Amino acid sequence: MATETNIPTGNAVATEGASLCWSCNAALAGNAHFCPNCGKVQPSTPIDYFEFFSLGAAPARKLDIDLPALEREFYRLSRKLHPDVFARASTREQQWSLEKSSQLNDAYRTLKDPIARTQYLLELEGVKLEEQSSAATLVARTSGEEKKQVVPPELLEEVFELNMQLQEMRMNKEMGEDDPAIVSDLQNAKSRFETMLDDLTSELKSYWNEWDATISAPGSSESDRIRVRDKLVDLLNRRSYIRNLVRDVNQALAG
Amino acid sequence: MAETKGIQIESSSAVADRVVGIDLGTTNSLVAFMEGETPVVIPGEDGLNLVPSVVAITNNGEPVIGNSARKHLIETPERAIYSVKRLMGRGVEDVQDELKYFPFRLAQSESTAGGPLRIQLGGKTFTPPEISAFILRQLKRNAERYFGAPVTKAVITVPAYFNDAQRQATKDAGRIAGLEVLRLVNEPTAASLAYGLDKKKDGIVAVYDLGGGTFDISILKLHEGIFEVIATNGDTHLGGDDIDNLLIGIALDDIAGDMTLDLRRNGEAVQAIRKAVIDAKIALSSSDSTTIQVTLPGGQAYAREITRAQFEALIEPVIQRTVGPAKQALADAALSPEQIDEVVLVGGSTRIPRVRALVKELFKRESHTELNPDEVVALGAAVQANILSGGSKATEDMLLLDVTPLSLGIEALGGVVAKIIHRNSTIPASATEHFTTGVEGQTNVAIHVLQGERELAKDCRSLARFDLKGIPPMAAGLPRIEVKLLIDANGILNVSAREQRSGREAEIEVKPTYGLTDDQVESMILDSFDHAEDDFRERQLIEARNEAENILAALEKSKKNPAWTMLSADEKQHIDDLERKLAEVKCPRDADYKQIQAATEELNKATTKLAELMMDSAVSSALHGKTMEGAGEEMGDGPTAPHPIAPAEFSKR
Repeated sequence: MATETNIPTGNAVATEGASLCWSCNAALAGNAHFCPNCGKVQPSTPIDYFEFFSLGAAPARKLDIDLPALEREFYRLSRKLHPDVFARASTREQQWSLEKSSQLNDAYRTLKDPIARTQYLLELEGVKLEEQSSAATLVARTSGEEKKQVVPPELLEEVFELNMQLQEMRMNKEMGEDDPAIVSDLQNAKSRFETMLDDLTSELKSYWNEWDATISAPGSSESDRIRVRDKLVDLLNRRSYIRNLVRDVNQALAG
Repeated sequence: MAETKGIQIESSSAVADRVVGIDLGTTNSLVAFMEGETPVVIPGEDGLNLVPSVVAITNNGEPVIGNSARKHLIETPERAIYSVKRLMGRGVEDVQDELKYFPFRLAQSESTAGGPLRIQLGGKTFTPPEISAFILRQLKRNAERYFGAPVTKAVITVPAYFNDAQRQATKDAGRIAGLEVLRLVNEPTAASLAYGLDKKKDGIVAVYDLGGGTFDISILKLHEGIFEVIATNGDTHLGGDDIDNLLIGIALDDIAGDMTLDLRRNGEAVQAIRKAVIDAKIALSSSDSTTIQVTLPGGQAYAREITRAQFEALIEPVIQRTVGPAKQALADAALSPEQIDEVVLVGGSTRIPRVRALVKELFKRESHTELNPDEVVALGAAVQANILSGGSKATEDMLLLDVTPLSLGIEALGGVVAKIIHRNSTIPASATEHFTTGVEGQTNVAIHVLQGERELAKDCRSLARFDLKGIPPMAAGLPRIEVKLLIDANGILNVSAREQRSGREAEIEVKPTYGLTDDQVESMILDSFDHAEDDFRERQLIEARNEAENILAALEKSKKNPAWTMLSADEKQHIDDLERKLAEVKCPRDADYKQIQAATEELNKATTKLAELMMDSAVSSALHGKTMEGAGEEMGDGPTAPHPIAPAEFSKR
């Protein structure tokens, strides 16, 4: 795994991160936000979101996070890092506060959301997820490229049917006609897909535990990690595929 | 004057650093600050808290602001402007709709198409930030008059839904007015700060802010002093102005029909009608019917009765426009109306009963209206100003975590916007993007940054085009340029870039799509500073003279008090000498205000014993041992109040 990514290992961070406080020259531990001696804010460093919240460094980043504790830590750090607190500090401390509090907010936003958190971790692990945002779809459409989108096999039939219905709906709209049967079909499809999304999220969470186990269990091997990682990737890709279907249905129903 | 007065010397260091809170509104503007633990609004010279956001340029080219500018709106509408906030950060093509209703006279655009708007006022042209700066300078002056010391730092509020360009324009206006803008705070958030200071209660709060020209809805989570905005939405062109325009439209139609008089192009008449319909609108908040009455230029009278029911039917489409944003904010916060604990109303337009009823329908509960909806934003700005200047006991645990109202994106292939910071992200927020070259040896990369929720660049708000220059020539696709976009705590975008393979900082040339360049702002600042200096000196002289007159008059009175006879002959002689000296230095036309202040202070000191004797006998022993100045402070007098040596005037107040 380590060979596939350019994220430094935990050890490397620990040695490289050892530095001195800019203000009082006291030794700093790892990625400390503040000097343990004089309490001054330290320059921001390019660390990942898990490290920012002291939730483990590569490769030991845990996915199952205690959300209430994360929120408490977010508030605690906000009180100490927000630019408001540095309104009367030196220019460079103001700059560090700005950088650090933006890191803090970006990190909290990503980690508090289960999907964004998993996606972020996989990106840190060097995985490139399928870009399935609506913008990416539009880019692909305008550039004439066929977007790589793998239809999950178990959905093939359903997706085929849905596309027929969506097309019919669009045609009806162009003709100014109204077909309640299609509308109700689409609404049913939508609620079915939404249930699938919920199921996938629960499944994803169960794999968080497996992932965290590969970190802490002494016997776990690199192949275990890769197996769980690939499963997470698969779940996220399926999830984002279905989310796009829901979005298309919503657009058809609303438009 | 502060530096020469006994009791005020101690507070003068704090005074020098005093940060004020400013609500720069569409219709009215206010300045406030924290007096001890309570935010208070600073009144203008006329004693009123609200300064109408109206600017007029007199025949001599002098700017007139506020209430005194209002008469120009009717008498010389071509020299006056109101609601300039609607033009802040906007381009010519944005304001075509506004021009139908507002008497803005745009200067014929120069060769620099796409640059900032210029408004014709009298013989000169001004950008919207310059006009806003006139208003800010008036507020600054009011505060300086109140404190008796210069004010250089401020927190200014903006509508939460203001985009980057509108925020930048507001910040520029502050700089032009000689104010360091420590923070731009969103208006609904500021209001929640004012209420939060009052209530100290945790929970979910919705702030519904319908002002003169803008509508905002914000949903906040209050938790142990942290004010965390969860979602915000709004419309920067929706407010009381739109209601006024509907009524004006009716009146103009009536007049055109019944009197066969087309007044649409008659600025003077339209302004007179505007004033009349606003009076009627206000009356309808408390009575069931009223009459729009106006005497038209030429002497003809127009009158039309309007019932509240008619009024409500008329404005329904306008106020219904607040429903969509309110529901979107709830959806973005993932909350149902039942989960909202408190609703706060802000902005003058929330005085309309139908608006209150609508808010009740939306959130299924009564709203808070304890704080004056015209003042609550300025009070909140004062709270934030206090937090930024180190805080006090009342604000020590308070922290505001706001969000960016609009998504930030970069134009990608095919005119599509790739969103990189989503709306409702807590600010400061950042995103890092990587770019490369498409052609061998290419040394420039152009990046287009936009703000908005739509998919296509043409439907979003263009913020700026960045030119990354000085990329070392390499094969196509090899350079790796890292661009960091950061939205700061003011909601304003900052950009930095680096070519990673060479490690070289890429040079960024920013072309703001609508704003002023730094050089333009810089030259405007210099202009205004020249005036500000003169203004300040002149004002100081007037105030120093007033103080001198006050103490001399007070002394004249006290000589008739029995306490005067209790002084020794030497003491009396000393006072008489100083009295004569003060009378001399205050008179010359080119008098130095510092000399007057010093002489006033000397006389003040010399009369301390006299004041004590008088107070002992006349007022109370509680004031014993204080100088007269100190006694004055304790009685709650401002610096321009009559000198405290006159106890008779105390008892009257």
